[in-house]
Amino acid sequence: MNKINMTINGVVYEVEPGKTILEAARDAGIIIPTLCYHKDLCIAGNCRVCVVEIVGQNRLSASCATPCQDNMEILTNSLKVRNSRKHIIELLLSEHNADCTKCYKNGNCELQELAAEYKIMSQDLIDLVPFKNYTIDMFSPSIIKDDSKCIRCQRCVRTCAELQGVNALTVAYKGDHMKISTFFEKSLNDVVCTNCGQCVNHCPTGALIEKNYIEEVWEAISDPEKHVVVQTAPAVRVGLGEELGFEAGSRVTGKMVSALKSLGFDSVLDTDFTADLTIMEEGTELLTRLKRSLVDHDPDVKLPMATSCSPGWIKYIEHLYPEYLGHLSTCKSPQQMFGALVKTYYARSRKLNPEKIVSVSIMPCTAKKFESNRPEMHDSGYRDVDYVLTTRELAIMIKQAGIDFMKLPDKKFDRIMGESTGAAVIFGATGGVMEAALRTAYELVTGREVPFENINIMPVRGMEGVREAIIKIENPLEAWSFLDGVELRCAIAHGLVNAKKVMDELKAQKNNYHFIEFMACPGGCLGGGGQPIPTNPEIREKRAKAIYDEDEAMHIRKSHENPEIIKIYEDYLGKPLGEKSHHLLHTKYTERNRY
Amino acid sequence: MHQTTELVHELAEKYGRSRENLLPILQGVVEKERYLSEGSMINIARELDLSAAEVYGTATFYSFLEYKKMGQFVIRVCKTITCSMKGKNQILLTIQDMLKIGVGETTQDKKFSLLETNCLGWCHKAPAMLINDEIYTELTPEKVREILSDYMKK
Amino acid sequence: MATAYNLKRADFIFRNENDWEKILSRTLQRDKQELINELISSELKGRGGAGFPTGLKWKLASEAVSDQKYVICNADEGEPGTFKDREILTRVPFKVLAAMSICGYIIGCNTGIIYLRGEYKFLKSELEKAIKEFEYYCKEIHFDFNIQIFMGSGAYICGEETALMESMEGMRGEPRNKPPFPTGSGYMGKPTVINNVETLAHTFTIFKYGSKKFYDLGVQFSRGTKLFSVSGDTPKPGIYELELGMSLSDFVDEFGDGDTKAVQVGGASGFLVPRKRFNETAIGFKGKLSGISLPTGGSMMLFNSTRSMYNLLDNYLEFFREESCGQCTPCRVGCQQLLIGIKAVKSGAKPAGYLDKLLKLTETMQYTAKCGLGQSVANSFSSIVENFREEMIY
Repeated sequence: MNKINMTINGVVYEVEPGKTILEAARDAGIIIPTLCYHKDLCIAGNCRVCVVEIVGQNRLSASCATPCQDNMEILTNSLKVRNSRKHIIELLLSEHNADCTKCYKNGNCELQELAAEYKIMSQDLIDLVPFKNYTIDMFSPSIIKDDSKCIRCQRCVRTCAELQGVNALTVAYKGDHMKISTFFEKSLNDVVCTNCGQCVNHCPTGALIEKNYIEEVWEAISDPEKHVVVQTAPAVRVGLGEELGFEAGSRVTGKMVSALKSLGFDSVLDTDFTADLTIMEEGTELLTRLKRSLVDHDPDVKLPMATSCSPGWIKYIEHLYPEYLGHLSTCKSPQQMFGALVKTYYARSRKLNPEKIVSVSIMPCTAKKFESNRPEMHDSGYRDVDYVLTTRELAIMIKQAGIDFMKLPDKKFDRIMGESTGAAVIFGATGGVMEAALRTAYELVTGREVPFENINIMPVRGMEGVREAIIKIENPLEAWSFLDGVELRCAIAHGLVNAKKVMDELKAQKNNYHFIEFMACPGGCLGGGGQPIPTNPEIREKRAKAIYDEDEAMHIRKSHENPEIIKIYEDYLGKPLGEKSHHLLHTKYTERNRY
Repeated sequence: MHQTTELVHELAEKYGRSRENLLPILQGVVEKERYLSEGSMINIARELDLSAAEVYGTATFYSFLEYKKMGQFVIRVCKTITCSMKGKNQILLTIQDMLKIGVGETTQDKKFSLLETNCLGWCHKAPAMLINDEIYTELTPEKVREILSDYMKK
Repeated sequence: MATAYNLKRADFIFRNENDWEKILSRTLQRDKQELINELISSELKGRGGAGFPTGLKWKLASEAVSDQKYVICNADEGEPGTFKDREILTRVPFKVLAAMSICGYIIGCNTGIIYLRGEYKFLKSELEKAIKEFEYYCKEIHFDFNIQIFMGSGAYICGEETALMESMEGMRGEPRNKPPFPTGSGYMGKPTVINNVETLAHTFTIFKYGSKKFYDLGVQFSRGTKLFSVSGDTPKPGIYELELGMSLSDFVDEFGDGDTKAVQVGGASGFLVPRKRFNETAIGFKGKLSGISLPTGGSMMLFNSTRSMYNLLDNYLEFFREESCGQCTPCRVGCQQLLIGIKAVKSGAKPAGYLDKLLKLTETMQYTAKCGLGQSVANSFSSIVENFREEMIY
């Protein structure tokens, strides 16, 4: 189609037809403020701060929702536009608990930024907050919902619907009572919420935030009686930098370890270690299920097997597809495997009283907070993971401690449980668990490396919502001869709305995969609900690239070659799916109601 | 509760299970039960494969889809300008006096609920009120007493 | 500078010659393009309040390419002071049904839907009977058209056409972004003609008598007749069909109680005209009529000198605050601020000058609100505050 011509602020631009005024302006380097607009979401056009003047029209138009037309003449900074925008910001502030200094999002709030930009110095309008019965929901272990901070942009509602297909959040009532609500205003803890935190990640203000445990962790660190162990998830090392002055997609693993040591953790360890362990357990579990199905023709074996690393996904399937819980791998997530081992294996090796160990994890995730709080996660005899902090909370602690992150030297993780592989790092990206599992399982079965250049299994990578890959097994080792010629059908889904697609197909018997990787968040953990804000498609791409770069930079890239993994089986666990593994590393799931 | 499940099921059978059938189903429940309970909304969500919150969010948008327990007869007195000018307050006082309830309340016997509503479209015969779906216009306190007495006997 | 246009009563809408079958079958024989031209040359504009040219609307929908199209009759009559649509559907439903089906014939669709406000539920069974009879006749003449009723549930905003479609799709009645417009993408994303009840009834008149008869009534830019819902301080409240273009003073002479202080033209979202402006105000669509020309969906509310204009505004604002869908900032928060603002001025908590800030705010609402509701709050607010400022303060 031919390009169209339009004038923005007096300059003529050629624009692709179909673009909105907002997109055209951004391409032209003209900034238009937005609030309800988010690249991940459909257009709402309800906040109205992006209004612009179309010459010849008395009313202003929302630039996010108005398509460009030939010969359109746009003013983005006329007096009328500026006054209107300022007015709209003032209106939002009048309904908003603007006690910014006491807000968790102080300094990372889109409304605050706009208010600063437009220099809203005085408030003529009447403060409406005292007339509202705003409530705060603090009952979820993961998410706090504070209605007094809400600007009703509906980004959270669209996130919960469009990205996650959960619809735990809705817009309720109308007029001045209109608000973001759950079913009958119940606590997030009591509804279908998966705790994924995507709403937190997409909230422009402090209305939805993670429940933070910063003070608790500081207290533990300062307690000389306590041995405080910290583990860090794969995706944290490619996100943390963004909170501390680095470009998106910066790999800051060494600096992160340095910072954690400076914060005073007694031992800085790596969730990647248990990611490798997950591969050993989950890979073996998959092969066992395949054997039971193909050789023993056991009718009870559940295939496809689904991954179980993502606690948002777990809660989702518990609520929405409880009849499929048998398809989940029984493996705990790497966080919880780590937690169970810290207070057993690690404590024994380091000759520590597990009672004195405080186990902290740094996660790109808010659902991990809920996960660590599950009653069954006490297999070590204690609470396996005591506190879960998000990437954002860690950044806060680093800032509070006065650490100049940029200037930190790179340091290495402590041992034991600090050694890991490239296979573990890619757990942070969608498709990563699949790729890591295939690298190990294929080699276990055939004795050869996966037949992909540089063992990069490209078909499972990318950002497509649902991806499929078929790996043909040829000439297996004798023990696995039953797999000869078998085409292993794999699928990857990220974002719960895509998980729903795969599950509905499965329910309708429209797919016949052997193995499916599910991640609750778009892009996988790198786009997690606990990652730096903002997160959008470009930022996720950058973080993914960083993840794969990190993988390539590792000298061991297959989980089963991790020497610490070999050692833990020799010294402690015995073998994958062995008795000890079963007790410490595997779990069961809870049927929950959708309603 | 069992009755509600059946009612919702019947309505879903009658109207269909796509999203565009949501309003008729909600209206069907309100017609029978006068309000939408948590249970009925959950039933509707289940029938239509929606989340409970979606049903709640939609229902609470519409002022005739009550989500708090209502009496057998829901009285809605128009409060918009013409009715307001023509004696709405006296009408309201009369009802309150007769039923001993305030606006937004339900009588102890669960027979009447009293609400105010926006323009009913009877401005030329103001003041007006609805009792369930029945319209009553050119109200006077005397007329209201008569009307309510009849309803009390029902 | 009066428009010197006297009040002219007319009787088309409710004149019932029971000839709808004849008119319908006759019209369905005619060329579609010819019918569109007929409608365009009548210069009929939408009678719901917005005044979009009806012929153009049908033309656009007829040109849209789609496997499915819809005709919707907007019977969500919620504007305070309007009650004409109810009367049309009660007294001459067949005119509306016939008009819907003619529209369907022209644009190429066989499904019509009447969105009936919940407050009018008592009309439903009679209307259903009429539809049954109508569909029976259609079958007789081998014309495939069916009509359903969709009930509203108490939401003023659903009178806004895209909110109405959202509501029909089972959603909250929140107006959509425009474009796309309904003629291209309306109900279920399909090309849709949505017309007010009265507009449809007028098309029946036009197809019956020809466009010239309609065009010759009224004045330039405001052709034809219109139903007026007259209420308030008037000895003869009711519904009247009048030619467009009359001056408000003529109207008040006819309907006032001798002490008319002001007239609200177009309901709560319209304008309040004070006595001193009766002469210079004409009722019709924007055009070159001298003086002020006010469009109206037909709501004419008269107020005499016993009425407080502050109470009036307070009542309107409470209405808007509740009936705003709440999605867009200027409307949701603006309505709250206006209401609380006038209360604050009245009580002395804010100085009189605060009214000017509120006037500025209504200007922003007018420029930036997503739909007609938020945009038109400024109409009543500014016309009341500017003309009766004293009453707002003391």
